[in-house]
Order: sequence, then structure tokens, then C-alpha cells
Amino acid sequence: MAVVKRAKQPFRFHTRLHLSELTGLRASTPEELLELIKKVSGSSIYHHTHHFLQQHQYLSPEPPNDFAYWVSAALGEDALGEKLASIDTIQFASIRSLRNKIVETIEAYLEEHPSARRRFAAPGEEFHFIKSVSFVFPTPDAAYDLTEFARILERIGIDSIYFHLFEARLRLGRATNDFSLWIESSLGEKELAERISKLDPYTCTLESLRAKIIQMIRNRPGGQVECRG
Amino acid sequence: MQRIEDYTPFVGQPTVDDLRRLAERLRGKVVQHVNSTAVGGGVAEILNRMVPLLNDIGVDARWDLIKGGEQFFDVTKKFHNALQGREEEVTERDLEIFLDTSERNIREVDVHGDVMFIHDPQPIALVRRKNQNKWIWRCHIDVSNPVRKVWRFLREYMVKYDAAVFSAPGFSHKLPVRQFLIAPSIDPLSDKNRDLPPEIIDDVLTKYDIPKDKPIITQVSRFDRFKDPVGVIKAYTLVKRYIPCRLILAGGTADDDPEGLKVLEEVREHAGQDPDIHVLLLPQNDIEVNALQRASDVIVQKSLSEGFGLTVAEALWKGKAVVASNVGGIPLQITHKYSGLLCHSIEGAAFFIKQLLNSPDYALKLGQNGREHIKQNFLLTRHLRDYLLVFLSLFHRGDIVYL
Repeated sequence: MAVVKRAKQPFRFHTRLHLSELTGLRASTPEELLELIKKVSGSSIYHHTHHFLQQHQYLSPEPPNDFAYWVSAALGEDALGEKLASIDTIQFASIRSLRNKIVETIEAYLEEHPSARRRFAAPGEEFHFIKSVSFVFPTPDAAYDLTEFARILERIGIDSIYFHLFEARLRLGRATNDFSLWIESSLGEKELAERISKLDPYTCTLESLRAKIIQMIRNRPGGQVECRG
Repeated sequence: MQRIEDYTPFVGQPTVDDLRRLAERLRGKVVQHVNSTAVGGGVAEILNRMVPLLNDIGVDARWDLIKGGEQFFDVTKKFHNALQGREEEVTERDLEIFLDTSERNIREVDVHGDVMFIHDPQPIALVRRKNQNKWIWRCHIDVSNPVRKVWRFLREYMVKYDAAVFSAPGFSHKLPVRQFLIAPSIDPLSDKNRDLPPEIIDDVLTKYDIPKDKPIITQVSRFDRFKDPVGVIKAYTLVKRYIPCRLILAGGTADDDPEGLKVLEEVREHAGQDPDIHVLLLPQNDIEVNALQRASDVIVQKSLSEGFGLTVAEALWKGKAVVASNVGGIPLQITHKYSGLLCHSIEGAAFFIKQLLNSPDYALKLGQNGREHIKQNFLLTRHLRDYLLVFLSLFHRGDIVYL
């Protein structure tokens, strides 16, 4: 009977809840938006590019970041909105590099379309900068092998999955998501770790990410084997 | 009284477990809420639910009231209107009345919380009792365009707090204190929101003599000019030219709202003798409000200004198609053409109501999306979580907090 590998150090599931902090900063024109994007804290860039992931578990009607939504809906600059919406967030290893890409995209667009500088939002439709305050804490769940890991993943809160997949990588500066990190370093399952790290989590809902990762674990070679003793 | 476990079927076990874990981190601290009324209006409604639940998860939460006579509440009503952008003549005598009553409350209210959670402008001056404890000012009002004189007067108190909480991003101002965004919420287990059997809905319609012969358009709101009930009658009149329908305007008044009865009279005048307009004064009858919302085909919230607009969340939770003004916290609840329709005028409201009455499948889809959005973001458990996080933020600095 094959036995699944057990790690010496378990994967300890944490979770993360967030609070939105208002900055009092607002933009009415593309240039004001640009200047404030350069100035605000990384926590604010993080908020405006990530909060939709947790707010729309069902269907996302919005472009996946607030900057894209606002320049389209409030300024009527759909082409810029599309460029911002299609920034491939997963390619960026830090908030700083993501911020630089957003800044470059807006600057290039304003250079190419000077008339866009004259756009302004109607009163009441300004862009309000918010920042995300994260509270991270452990859950009682820990897994020593992939069978336990998948079972916990089935029932753990969506905020925990969010933390390990998104926040740990981009905000806490880890090389990859926490799941891939542990699966490779503690279990030696390099191929599975890579497959999980190659998922584009920004185009899925968290529930569908949960289902995909569980499926990857169970469908890997030997994945149906239960751990005995 | 509800227990936190009662919410598990709506939000899942992990959410309830997280609330308990956060509450553990506040053990030993007393959280004292203070506001001006125990019944009527959104604040009392939220506190009536929130305080028992905080205690149930292990937070020592208490709730006290300030005292104020008729004159004091007349002044604070003026403040309320001015903060919402309506020009009000606030005289030096008004400010004296506010300060005198505040002085009495500062002397008499038993301030004992480790965290003092002060709701709205009426008790704002209590912050003069601040010492080593933490103080939060919770503003439930749309203060996006306040009258400067009143804002400046109250700002002197706001800046003494450790943090302020607003319901929508547009309500924040530059202040030298931390400001948090917390939308209010609805309680899926309350009489106002729980599922009702069809017999109860029919009984309520019968009681108020409302036949089910035509589509029903409803606005549930306090009788208050900011809710624009007269505008709703005008929109209904435009719809009725093309589609036979009924209009229900239902609401109560709050203890601290002396204007309510005057507005109700105006509404009755505008309704005239139209037998299809039903103006109902429903003081604190939540099951009846629930039944009327469920009996409706379209729900309207045509506010001119809005702290948040909880009636929108209530309607969406019931899967109803909603036409509402694009003000205050309403656009947080409705994404236009996805989970409801946002309007800017009487004519716009009438156009969208007609569209929904003529396209029931579209109305159904908007209602379904709306219910899901409320489930994810506007139920009481999310609100409870945000309050716990604000309390914790007072004791932990930084944008990433490890608990």
C-alpha cells in the first residue's frame, strides 16, 4: 500500500480579515488620479487592485480594479479603462512594481491622448482613495500531508484561501503563494507546486480556485491514495 | 434573542469561528455604545441587534443613552439636516442649547468603557471625558457636502477622537484622525428580513385594504424630506399614465425626529384622493414592513441624500428589483443594471419603474444578483466583524496586524 508523504513541519492555515481605512484623498481628473497613485501608500494600491476579489464571490460585474472602473465609468475613458483592467497583476512580485506599471500605463495614455487630460468626474463621482488594513491570525487547522491538506481546504474559510494565495505573495513579499511553497519545500512535490503557482487567480472566483486546487491535488499521480497510520 | 450560531446557515461556520477568534483578542475590554434614542431609526435598530451579539461572542458590550429635551433634539435635527447639505439657520441660541445639554450629559453619563463608541452628532461632545480610554465617533449620516458652519462646529469634537467611522467613501474629509469605512448591514433573522409565509403577506395587504389587482410600487422610509416621498408620488404619476399600478408609502417616525409628522401631512396632501396611493404610518411594525416589501413588484428609494439606505439592502435581500437614487451608500449596494437601477431624477425613476414592470424577467435577474451581493457584503455578521476590527485597530498600529 502506497503511503502519502508526511511533512516534518505542517502547513498551518492562517486567515486574514481586512478593514478599509479612508484617506480623505480624492481625484476628479486623470492627472489628479495619477499624482495620487504615485503618492499614496502601498496599502492603498493593494486595496484598489484586490478588494473586488473578496467582494464578488458570485459574479464580478466590474473590471478587476477600481482605477479601471473609475476611468471608464466616471471619466468615460474606456480605452484607458481597458488598458488598466488588463494589467496582468500575477506577473508582479511587489506592490511597488504593480504601482509602477499602473503609473506607466496612465502616463503613456495621457501622452498619446492629450485631450483625456481635460476629462473630469461629475460632483459626487470622484475617486476616493482607501487603504486596506489586514489582520492576520492563525486558525486551528494544520496539515501534515496532502490528504489532510485537501480535506482542510474543502472546509476552510474563503479568507484563509485568499490570504495564502494573494496576500502572502504580493503584500508580504514571498516568492510564490504559500501553498506552492509548502508543497514543494516540505513534501518535495515540485510539479504540483508549480501547477498551483501557474494558476491565474485574478480571473477566477475564490470558490473556483478552491475547487481547482483540490482537483489538482486529487488528480496528481497517486493522488487518490489515502494516508494510513 | 439571537445567538451567533443562528447565522451559520447564512454565512458558514468559518465566518462564525473567525468572529469568536477576534472577540478573544478583546477579552477584558468593555465596549460602551452611546447614542440618543433606544427606538426608531437605523442606529437604534443596529444597536438592538449588535450589542447582544457582541456579548454572545464574548465581548463585554454595553449601551447607554444621552438625555435631551425637545429643544435639544430640534437643534440636533438642524445639525443633521445641515450635515446632509441642507441650508439651516443655526443660531447662536441653538449652539447654546446644544452645549448646555451636552454639559449635563458630560456630567451625568456613566462613562466607563475601554472603548467608547459614540453614534452620530447628538452625543459627540461626550469626548470631553476622554482620558486613557479609546474613543470612536461613528457617523451614520451622509456628510459629503455639509454646511460649513455646522461641520466646523462639530469638527472641533471629531478631532479629539481616536478614530472616526463613515458609511461611504464620499463621506470622508481630511481629518487628523484615522477614518474607517464601515457600511451598515441588515439582519437576515430580524422580523423585517426573515422569510414570511404567503398568508402573513396577504393578511397585511388585507389589513391595509390593498388589493393585489395591480403591480405594487413601494417606498419604505421614515417620513423625511431627504427621502423625497413627494418625488416618489410624482414618479408614480408618470408611470401610471401607461401602466395601472399602486403605490405604497410606508414608514414611521423616530423619537429624535420632530419633523416627521409635518412631512407626513404634506405627503397626504400630494396623494389627494387617489385610491391607488396607500400612505401608511407604521410605527415599529417590522413584520408588516417585511410583508409589504415582499408583496411589491418594484421597490423605490428615491432619497435626495442618504446615510446609507438600509431599505435598499432589505429589498435586495428579498430578491426585489430596486430603483434607487445614486446618493450616499446606495451605489455601494446597487451596481447599475446589474443588481438594480440607479436614478438621478423623478423622470429617471419613472422610466426605470416602467422598464421593470414591463420586463419581469429582467426585474427577477436584477433581484437575484442583488440578493447575492447583500449576502456577501451587507449582512450583520460582516458588520460585526468590521466593528471588532476597528476596536482592535485602536490597540495595534500599522497596515498589517498580526494577532
